Amino acid sequence: MRGAFCGVLLLLLAAISARAEDRVAVGQYLTILGDCAACHTPPGGAPFSGGRRIPTPFGWVIAPNLTFDRKSGLGLWSAADFDRALRFGRKPDGGFLYPAHPYPYFARFTAEESAAIRAYLATLAPVYQPARGADLPFPFDFRVLLWFWNALYVPAPPPLRGAGHDALWDRGAWIANGPGHCGACHTPKTLLGGDDLARAWQGGMAAGWLAPALDGDPRTGLGAWREAEIAQFLATGAAHGQLATGPMAEVITLSTAQMTKADRAAIAHYLKTLPQSPGSVAPAPPPAMMAAGEALYRLRCAPCHGRDGEGTAGLFPRLAGSAIVQAPQPATILRVVREGTRAVATKAAPTGPAMPGFAGLLDDGAIAAIATYIRNSWGNAAPAVSEAEARR
Amino acid sequence: MTIRLKPVDAVIIGFGWSGALLAEALSGAGLTVLALERGPFRDTAQDFPPSRVADELRYAVRHDLVVKPAENTITFRNKTSQTALPVRALGSFLPGSGVGGGGVHWNGQTWRFRPSDFTLKSRALARYGKNFLAPDLTIQDWGVSYDELEPFYDRFEYLCGISGQAGNLRGARLPGGNPFEGARARPYPTPPMAMPYAPTLFADAARGVGYHPFPQPSANLSQAYTNPFGVVLGACSYCGFCERFGCGNYAKASPQTTILPILRERAQFSLRTQCTVLTIAHDGKGSKARGVTYTDDSGEVFFQPADLVILSAYTFENIRLLLLSGIGAPYDPASGKGVVGRNYSYQTTSSVALGFADKLLNPFIGAGALGMVIDDWNGDHYDHGPLGFLGGAYLAALATNSRPILNHPTPPGTPRWGAAWKRAVAKSYLRSMRILASGSSLSHRGAYCDLDPTYRDRFRRPLLRLTFDFHPNDLKMSAFATDRLAEIGRAMRPEWLVVDKREAPYSIVPYQSTHNVGGAIIGADPTTSVVNPYLQSWDLDNLFVVGASAFPQNASYNPTGTVAALALRAAEAITTRYLRAPGPLA
Amino acid sequence: MRRRDLLASSAVIALIGCAAQTPESGLQFFTPEEAARVTAIANRLIPADELGPGAGEVGAARFIDRALAGAYGTSRDLYMRPPFLPGVPSQGAQSPLTPAVRYRVGLAALDAHCRAAFAGRGFVDLSGQEQDRVLADLEQGRIAITGGGRAFFDLVLRDTVAGFFADPQYGGNQGMAGWRLIGFPGARYDYRDVVARHGEPYHLPPVALA
Repeated sequence: MRGAFCGVLLLLLAAISARAEDRVAVGQYLTILGDCAACHTPPGGAPFSGGRRIPTPFGWVIAPNLTFDRKSGLGLWSAADFDRALRFGRKPDGGFLYPAHPYPYFARFTAEESAAIRAYLATLAPVYQPARGADLPFPFDFRVLLWFWNALYVPAPPPLRGAGHDALWDRGAWIANGPGHCGACHTPKTLLGGDDLARAWQGGMAAGWLAPALDGDPRTGLGAWREAEIAQFLATGAAHGQLATGPMAEVITLSTAQMTKADRAAIAHYLKTLPQSPGSVAPAPPPAMMAAGEALYRLRCAPCHGRDGEGTAGLFPRLAGSAIVQAPQPATILRVVREGTRAVATKAAPTGPAMPGFAGLLDDGAIAAIATYIRNSWGNAAPAVSEAEARR
Repeated sequence: MTIRLKPVDAVIIGFGWSGALLAEALSGAGLTVLALERGPFRDTAQDFPPSRVADELRYAVRHDLVVKPAENTITFRNKTSQTALPVRALGSFLPGSGVGGGGVHWNGQTWRFRPSDFTLKSRALARYGKNFLAPDLTIQDWGVSYDELEPFYDRFEYLCGISGQAGNLRGARLPGGNPFEGARARPYPTPPMAMPYAPTLFADAARGVGYHPFPQPSANLSQAYTNPFGVVLGACSYCGFCERFGCGNYAKASPQTTILPILRERAQFSLRTQCTVLTIAHDGKGSKARGVTYTDDSGEVFFQPADLVILSAYTFENIRLLLLSGIGAPYDPASGKGVVGRNYSYQTTSSVALGFADKLLNPFIGAGALGMVIDDWNGDHYDHGPLGFLGGAYLAALATNSRPILNHPTPPGTPRWGAAWKRAVAKSYLRSMRILASGSSLSHRGAYCDLDPTYRDRFRRPLLRLTFDFHPNDLKMSAFATDRLAEIGRAMRPEWLVVDKREAPYSIVPYQSTHNVGGAIIGADPTTSVVNPYLQSWDLDNLFVVGASAFPQNASYNPTGTVAALALRAAEAITTRYLRAPGPLA
Repeated sequence: MRRRDLLASSAVIALIGCAAQTPESGLQFFTPEEAARVTAIANRLIPADELGPGAGEVGAARFIDRALAGAYGTSRDLYMRPPFLPGVPSQGAQSPLTPAVRYRVGLAALDAHCRAAFAGRGFVDLSGQEQDRVLADLEQGRIAITGGGRAFFDLVLRDTVAGFFADPQYGGNQGMAGWRLIGFPGARYDYRDVVARHGEPYHLPPVALA
């Protein structure tokens, strides 16, 4: 009897709190779509307590504490303060936030979504973790300049809905251009660090790593990927013979692997509708360089990637047809050869293999020859890499 | 002062194959698991990339990946009348050290023992009578059958992606496989490796003599493989730097390439390296183990409380820790009583070297478990009665370990140095090969381990003392097997041939095999075994002693497959039965 | 190990503390004289001929010098706790003498033997034939050296062969002469394309690690 009464009471309470819980859950999922933890959760630290140093092309920015600590976090911020910061890049005092915070993308959140995110952050244990500001050289330390920057690069977000697209496309476009802020890395930047929208999705740089093109280019973009492969890559970090590494490894772990299957499918669906950018055909590389590159490749690379550049799915990335290998700028492939890298490990693709660096073993000429060879073998085509480019 | 640490559900001593298998099973069942490893952390790209690992001097000669005698060794003598002396430099065997243990630098020869191996004694008594066995042989049945182990052999083979050709699939004989093997539920997960010239010549000759050659089952994989955990292994590139080396391209199954990626992501698992366990704490026979005392680089001593203790170090260290911790009655060779240290056995190996005038064998093309084998003189499918010995050997040509510092064969009669030596080496390196017999080793009364009265380790603890020599039964077996091997060798029509017989006394100096087994053996009777058929200590029911230390005698095969099957069976007994009702499982 | 050797060895160990460091010669353990003797020995153990250079010419002394200056020379990784008792051969070597000590003592003793037997000429001053005769005597245990003449010969032979076939980064096998002699391709790591090509010569040249 008593038990039955308790049960009724619990049901009542549950009904009352359901709306609030829903909102928190929605807010939490939006932080996953936005990959917020990548910057705002320190490695091994309390969730969203900030403190991570974010490299930008102009210097370091320190991600602030998003817990509701009254001294060092958002504890004293009003709902309006939070919304203005999240979506429009303004501080409570009216000052500007650095656009390392991707508010040009977050402007696509609705006020309701913004409130949901805040509701979720409010449930986290407050952590005292004072912000340590930013470390940008003059004139980028001069925040008033951001007014001009915003005027240039943060117009009201253009509408996404194109004619003839379905709801799946709409969802994918919204995530990719909104919370997912994919273009923040995958769209090239102008000299001032804003998105170069004329070349949208043609690939960019992130923390010294190539973020390859996501457009329809069959060599440097996603032209040769199937929709299902893109979705699988977002889920596991391993598909189409490629493995996520560098900053994308963390995007997979903290964001895309935790998204719903439907949202990954939506992103993949949207990306596959991006057009092929007008590319240029690279001139044929010098034959002597190719011959040297082949000999070195056989010795140093073939034990894992294979004579045919096909690699091993989930273990050794396929070089034949790889966008990173054929990128116009060889920076990332040179970096990987020099320093090595470790691929992301996810539940579905747990291997997490690593490649050793060859900097101590191969000189600049040898690295240039190998890079040139893999960029121009097995159907690949990309400009030859000079010894000067291979030099640090 | 001993620092007391926060308790864990299970502590694992030694992180080789056994420790890794147990760690996966126990953490997968939700236990908090702490593994303590004496050696350093090791992983493929950082420790043995292809650009660094192809270094014979560092790994094969200077033993970079194996235990350093300065850290731990044993003392040795052939018989009790001698004074045991320390093994100052490793020779006859090379126990591992570091994460992955011997599983990092093994050859990858992945065998199942035959069904008859598990009932060796009762079968011999029934078939050959009581008087056939020498009175000092102490062989015994395992208390576990092949059929009981089959699912666990299978599980390990599929964990690793073993390359091979089944010979007996659920009773159906398949061509090209081992016709004498026990029935297997599934074929090997990957096909056999591509075969180099030398093993092919051996197989052709063996077939001509009437034998049944088949490819060596191998943990160097013939093709890329994704294991049941989703971990991907690569394809072997036949580099020839395998045994004594870590694999640079993820192609050799090891704890690193099969299990560690899973454990790395499990919050309930942790691994501490450079930690040497000093003793296992307990409250006496019939009680429980309380945990372990260990020390690390800092010199501090820690007590780690645990509800379950898994002792999965190398054979020698398993025995020594039991003796140092006062667990189980030490074996006394005079009375034959006691169990800890009893029934040590080894591997009785021999070989035949041969050279050709006209055949380029290119021995540098190799792997660890790459070759052709015949099993016709193994097990007990033929009548041992007229031969006068029990046991047998597999005969094989393996394309392995042909790097030039340790392997530069010359025809008989060549001087050891000078111009004639140089000419002979230049001519012979690409044109010679070795074929081998890997024979069984029967335990006997005078082969055992105890604590040394004189020599101590760096922590002032007594070293383990090994007393061992080949039993006449095994020498007889080996002579017979070596003769059969030489017959095949002659059928290969070489230009020259040299027979290297195995003779007594056993010497600790030349490398023979890292198959040191027994001393903490499995059995159905607590008066003649240390652990029950689930590897559970008869004395402390929350202590499991895992590894080849459990073998009551050694079959002719390489032990890893059987070590893993026993480990996985113990793990399943713990997770499905022991955790529900802690207590003796048998 | 005889008691006499033990006593001698403790004196030698005291001596070794002031091992010659001659940075200008690039040597880390040997004196230039010792290095010259090792080169001469190695050139007899693996002599130059129409097949290629001798072991001494391609860096045997440098290889052994570096090894002796490191963990190998001091037996750092071996079990070196006393007591050192005589045993039987199956129990393995039981000696407190490290390779560094054995070389220092052995090279000096060998040279003293030569000077006594060949009217004041040291090992490097002998003809090739004379050197071969001395080495054969050493191999047969006919020259007394602390720790055993034959054991010293075996040590030098083992190290010379190791240097001749080890990766060139260790100082020996310069130009990969040892590998070229026998047809070993060195640090190559992928033979998938040739594993099933039975009996065919392998055409690619050897490669070293560094």
